[in-house]
Amino acid sequence: MPSFVITDKCDGCKAQDKTACQYICPNDLMLLNKETNKAYNRAPEMCWECYNCVKICPTQAVEVRGYADFMPMGGVVQPLRSSDSIMWSVKFRSGKVKRFKFPIRTIAEGSAKPDADMKTDSEDIKSPMLRTEPESLGTSELQKL
Amino acid sequence: MSIIDQFEQVEVTTDLLILGGGMSACGAAFEAAHWAKKNNLKVTVVDKAAMDRSGAVAMGLSAINLYLGLKDGENTIEDYVKYVKTDLMGITRDDLVANIARHVDGSVHLFEKWGLPIWKDDEGNYVREGRWQVMINGESYKTIVAEAAKNALSEMAEYGEYYERVFITNPIMDGDRVAGAIGFSVREKKVYIFKAKAVISAMGGAVHVFKPRNVGEGLGRSWYPPFNSGASTYFTMKAGAEMTCQEVRFVPIRFKDGYGPVGAWYLLFKAKSTNAAGEEYMETNKAELEKWGVYGKSKPIPTSLRNHLMLIDERKGKGPFYMQTAEAIKKIAEEEVDEKAAKRKLKHLENEAWEDFLDMTISQALLWASTDVFPEEKASEIAPTEPYFISSHSGASGAWVSGPEDMEGYHWGYPNMTTIKGLFACGDSSGASSHKFSSGSFTEGRIAGKAAVDFILDNNALPNFDDAIIEEMKAEMLKPLALFEEHKDHSTDKDINPNFIKPKMFMFRLQKIMDEYAGGAGSSFMTSQKLLEKGLEFLTYMEEDSTKLAAEDLHELMRVWENIHRMSQAFAHVHSVMFREETRWPGYYLRTDFPNLKEDEWKCYVNCKRDPETGEFEVFKKEMIELVKLEE
Repeated sequence: MPSFVITDKCDGCKAQDKTACQYICPNDLMLLNKETNKAYNRAPEMCWECYNCVKICPTQAVEVRGYADFMPMGGVVQPLRSSDSIMWSVKFRSGKVKRFKFPIRTIAEGSAKPDADMKTDSEDIKSPMLRTEPESLGTSELQKL
Repeated sequence: MSIIDQFEQVEVTTDLLILGGGMSACGAAFEAAHWAKKNNLKVTVVDKAAMDRSGAVAMGLSAINLYLGLKDGENTIEDYVKYVKTDLMGITRDDLVANIARHVDGSVHLFEKWGLPIWKDDEGNYVREGRWQVMINGESYKTIVAEAAKNALSEMAEYGEYYERVFITNPIMDGDRVAGAIGFSVREKKVYIFKAKAVISAMGGAVHVFKPRNVGEGLGRSWYPPFNSGASTYFTMKAGAEMTCQEVRFVPIRFKDGYGPVGAWYLLFKAKSTNAAGEEYMETNKAELEKWGVYGKSKPIPTSLRNHLMLIDERKGKGPFYMQTAEAIKKIAEEEVDEKAAKRKLKHLENEAWEDFLDMTISQALLWASTDVFPEEKASEIAPTEPYFISSHSGASGAWVSGPEDMEGYHWGYPNMTTIKGLFACGDSSGASSHKFSSGSFTEGRIAGKAAVDFILDNNALPNFDDAIIEEMKAEMLKPLALFEEHKDHSTDKDINPNFIKPKMFMFRLQKIMDEYAGGAGSSFMTSQKLLEKGLEFLTYMEEDSTKLAAEDLHELMRVWENIHRMSQAFAHVHSVMFREETRWPGYYLRTDFPNLKEDEWKCYVNCKRDPETGEFEVFKKEMIELVKLEE
């Protein structure tokens, strides 16, 4: 379903140069209405329902309403993403609720070291060995077909 | 002030230009950064979105579909090449698949170090979903990989650059060598001219070329993302590169409408799929497999044949089709020793089933919630989607690229270089190396990244640029804005005007042609020479009309170019489907005039090229060099 913005909760990201949802949408759909200072989805029919605007919103103002052309009304799926896990609330049409929590990362955000302290064995640009190999492969050499 | 004059021109001169921001672009950036840094070369990444959530893994994934486990001897590279080749009905580049396979485990090990939670058993081994898949908690998969790629660029200080929200329209050429790319910011009035010694195309596959099954608000609910709009195909073909397997589209069977993943249900839960009468079509239609040579006898049965067996029933009106989830869950519970253990097991399985959706296709969870589906209580509908162009899964369309030097096959100097000097392709942009998925796409990006730096060191001079041509390209790129400005006051409706066409209707026109003439979902994936010829006639009108596309803002200008890109994918597809006079992937498309496999005549690649000046297509057979043979 396409994302939509709850009027009362959206603060337009407090006049930052762009809103968080606008920053993240992979399909360039979220926009800030400069007059109302509220964000909106400019083309809901191009929305993949990837939920990235929902997950990133600092005021939890963005939700998703199932695609009206094939989803019966009443279902809600809403995430709450923290620095190391995500909690999902799934509300069924019948009113029943299920909740799921999953980890999302094992080390602190921003701390990924590209080489992960592994050595690149050959510095030969013509060799088929890649960065961090063979250590990252866990084998002593590159296997062949 | 004219439209062009309103745009600031930004010129960026670099050594290596990486186009895209998805898994393969991140792999290219990570790898190239290392080799470029040692040689004081600059790396510039340009992405139409924001890297944290750019590309097909934007939503996350619940599994990594390619991990061989070479260090523990779980599989061999040969095993994998055989598997891929079988699934693609014999058409795959052994050298490319093997090259990805020998490196991919290292990429997965890096992902784990970068913070991706990979499931482990009590002995510390990765938990397998199937023979090649490992289970992950992958909500932040892309964010984590993007972080490592960005950190790799940061380690290069001013030699590593990243531009987001810049949409690339066209390659800039210097004779037979690629010289850069032109694009515009989707957020501010800026034109970007990137000048480079080598370029990597990593801009993904193509969606919305065919009419999707959901056409209202659900238009965007394609299985593959709607923002993968054919930029790779257009870019490489426009540079004059030879393309391959442009006929090999992909049609996955997924949970109906929401397009949620079925892999876990087949592999982990051992669920069965049936027609409405409860018949397992894979069993009842088994005799049909005999018609499909060595591939029909293989295990696992190739994706296109599994689709085909379902479509046989569908054409007889035996739908709806179901994934028998309740039955599978019940069977698993019955295997437990007591009621308590069964309850625990069920709770565990329920979590896995929901995470499978929530990690990668949240809409499917929403659809189950909206329709009160509890998988342990009732079966869920499955259906084939619309066709997509995606060579990282069970499709194969992409550019024809050089293989590695130390393997037999096709090799012209630098791994993953196209037939155009300095232009590399990876991920969904390179063809005939299917089943690379997320980890393999990242890995292929690494291979291309290192090879491109190698090319630069051997060809370390900036290509020549013709300012007059760049001015022309700029005018062509921005023309849709100018056209709108010029004619907008002619009518009172900004979308309805005889002087131009808007990109949305242009896209619908393309989708209608492809659906009705090229064997889309609405035509039950059937087509023929006559239908394709008619389709080409309409595509030709479209191409003529594409010069009348109009845009009222930068966002719409992006939509214009996305649809020009999609159209080029459509042309390549129709020409290639027409050229291959057989049916080889019956569950992807069926040529009604050539309904059978012709192994003697057509066990080859169908390659094509489009003359960038005249637009003429040249389609031809390419002989297959096999490094691995499938057993009869």
